[in-house]
Amino acid sequence: MHSFPDVPFHAYATVGAGLFIIGVIGALIRRSAIVIFMCIELMLTGVNITLVALSNRLNSIDGVMLMFFVMIVAAAEAAIGLAIFVLLFRRRGTIKVDEINLLKK
Amino acid sequence: MVVGILFKWCVFLAMSMGVIFGGLMVISRRNPIHCALFMVMSFFCTAVLYLIMNQPFIAVLQVLVYSGAIMMLIIFVIMLLRLEEEKIAKLKFSYTKLTGTILGIIFFFQLLMGVIAPLIGKTGKITAEVIAKEGSTVIIAKELFTRYLLIFELSSVLLLVAIIGAVVLSKGK
Repeated sequence: MHSFPDVPFHAYATVGAGLFIIGVIGALIRRSAIVIFMCIELMLTGVNITLVALSNRLNSIDGVMLMFFVMIVAAAEAAIGLAIFVLLFRRRGTIKVDEINLLKK
Repeated sequence: MVVGILFKWCVFLAMSMGVIFGGLMVISRRNPIHCALFMVMSFFCTAVLYLIMNQPFIAVLQVLVYSGAIMMLIIFVIMLLRLEEEKIAKLKFSYTKLTGTILGIIFFFQLLMGVIAPLIGKTGKITAEVIAKEGSTVIIAKELFTRYLLIFELSSVLLLVAIIGAVVLSKGK
């Protein structure tokens, strides 16, 4: 029977690259700090897809471990970043990045 | 076997479209809550992609950590802040957005050059059969607590620093 090819690595990598680029475009065109933060999470997810796909393709577990630590760093970043947003909003009344150009009051 | 691979292709196509569609919605919706919910959808589709890449543990972790913890935190903060001006601001055309989109598309083609490059590198021993026999959780745990033990401990310190930092930042005067 004619065998059908498996899903290639390049397909997964293209999806990862597409998600990363969507995150880049979002971070460039949006003005709300919290949406920019979400776009950064999208970029991290795109990299994670590529890492797991490489790990799957090369029959190795190292990509998965790297993705695990990326996830840990993303969690830490979410905690700190959102605390900073709440603090900025309390001081300025807005979190638009156009209007936040100074760290001091 | 052929049916299994066809099913894998169908799942892959549907889920990758879900991932990309969710991402596009995140950067184009005006209401931040809608952005966050479309992002949850994108993360769920990513978890299914991990499943068809033979990593069920990572898929569960994606749903728990990203769609559960991080997105819950983001939605909570959105509800805490007042973001009305973002909602009523028209998504109007500006040269900044045009430039950003063009730069992003150029960058995408640069990344595609890397994607279509031939894949070199040593192949390891953990094939799909090994994962099916031992279980992905067992393999990940063995690696995590032997070769990656130092990084694991350091990342626990990083999380502790993040917790302390968040408490100190939001404590106020």
